[in-house]
Amino acid sequence: MAKRVGMEVGIAAAEAVGMCNIDMAAVYPITPQSHIAEHLSEIVADGRIDAEFVTVESEHTSISCVSGASATGARVYTATSSQGLLYMHEILPIVSAMRLPVVMANANRAISGPINIWNDHSDIMPQRDAGWIVFFADNGQEVVDMTIQSFKIAEDDDVMLPICLNMDGFQLTHTVELIEFPDQKEVNKFLPPRKPFATLHPDNPISMGTLGMPEIYAESRKSQDEALKNSKKTILKVWDEWEKMFGRSYKPVETYLAEDAEILLLTMGSMSETAEIAVDELRKKGLSVGLVKLRLWRPFPFEELKAAVKKAKLLIVTDRAVSFGGSGGPVFIEIKSALYHEKERPLVYNSIIGLGGRDVAVTDFIKLIEDAAKAGEKGIIRDYEFYGVRG
Amino acid sequence: MKKKKWPETWQEINPGCMVFEPASARSYLTGSWKAQHPVWDDSKCIKCGICYIFCPEGCVSQDEKGFFRADLDYCKGCGICAHECWPGAIKMVEEG
Repeated sequence: MAKRVGMEVGIAAAEAVGMCNIDMAAVYPITPQSHIAEHLSEIVADGRIDAEFVTVESEHTSISCVSGASATGARVYTATSSQGLLYMHEILPIVSAMRLPVVMANANRAISGPINIWNDHSDIMPQRDAGWIVFFADNGQEVVDMTIQSFKIAEDDDVMLPICLNMDGFQLTHTVELIEFPDQKEVNKFLPPRKPFATLHPDNPISMGTLGMPEIYAESRKSQDEALKNSKKTILKVWDEWEKMFGRSYKPVETYLAEDAEILLLTMGSMSETAEIAVDELRKKGLSVGLVKLRLWRPFPFEELKAAVKKAKLLIVTDRAVSFGGSGGPVFIEIKSALYHEKERPLVYNSIIGLGGRDVAVTDFIKLIEDAAKAGEKGIIRDYEFYGVRG
Repeated sequence: MKKKKWPETWQEINPGCMVFEPASARSYLTGSWKAQHPVWDDSKCIKCGICYIFCPEGCVSQDEKGFFRADLDYCKGCGICAHECWPGAIKMVEEG
């Protein structure tokens, strides 16, 4: 039987990993991810699961360690945040290029400097082109569900790619939420042991991570791009299966009251639930507004996004990271470029918001949307803005 | 059919560029890179084997008389053997 418990989301993430029959984990603790590392090591130390927990000296090693284990056919897990993710950066594209399934949680945190341990998305955005599948969770339930789903997706023979599951640091990781844990037997049925495509073993020598000369490098990159794009099929299939077994649905682009909305707000991660309340409030005031939530960042869900926004007059994209000297936040740049060739497309605005743990309240979204609505009505073309910045 | 040196198309790339044939690097003759090759003067050679030890390619071996030769299919012409040979028995000679 599934059970509902009140639990801190970071702890729940580790508990979810504990249900996935992992073989090994290597996690270097970093705020606000530390509770995941600590609790998972407890689960292993207490003998609740039969797995190796490798205590490493850095994130560069944790990601290298899990990748090596994955190459031997193990089911592996790691987690990180902010500077830790940046320290992994060198290894991240190698994991995807070697087509090694790895599941990694990222407790989203601002990057230095100034030094800041609080929540935004500036850690994951610079990893955009690392070739990983990138998910964003809105709440604790999604963290648990998507952790379990991620192993199945990453290890599928049609995918064989690492997955980074983003959960907002503190706003999610340190919040106690009511979470429904699926039954272990059901999880076992959903997620059977890994059947690796190939493994490193002395009895059957193969080479992984070889040199790619100029004659094959472009072809190997093309094949990796195709593999990442192709993974969407499996992602959709696994989410479908999850919904049938556990009743909760997952889509690359989720919408809230967006069908008939003239104005759409786009969010990622935990801000989405606050934004829903703002949408409700504005609907009461008679404003035709809806919400689009981007769950899948890579591979980017072009079709789903275009379908969700094509009828709107104005789309306000929120970004929780800055692309210094660029044309806006990274999500905005992606979406504007995705819509360039569309005949039916909304005016697109960009608000950079919630940086480094700056609270984003319902009233902020209301103010942001109302201001944008006024400018949008006049058809004003706008650059990106730092919402609520002083001065 | 002639064996391909590398996959022609991206569709032929193995996932993760995995190589399933053990020791296939042997078929890639890195000796084609060299601009010079080592020539031994056996009259100066004392058969100490320092060239064999220092060769980074592992392509130097001893013949039946105990003298040393490089496998030119893999020798990159780095000249380390000539540099290390203290009796001065190895000379690097330009290719061509």
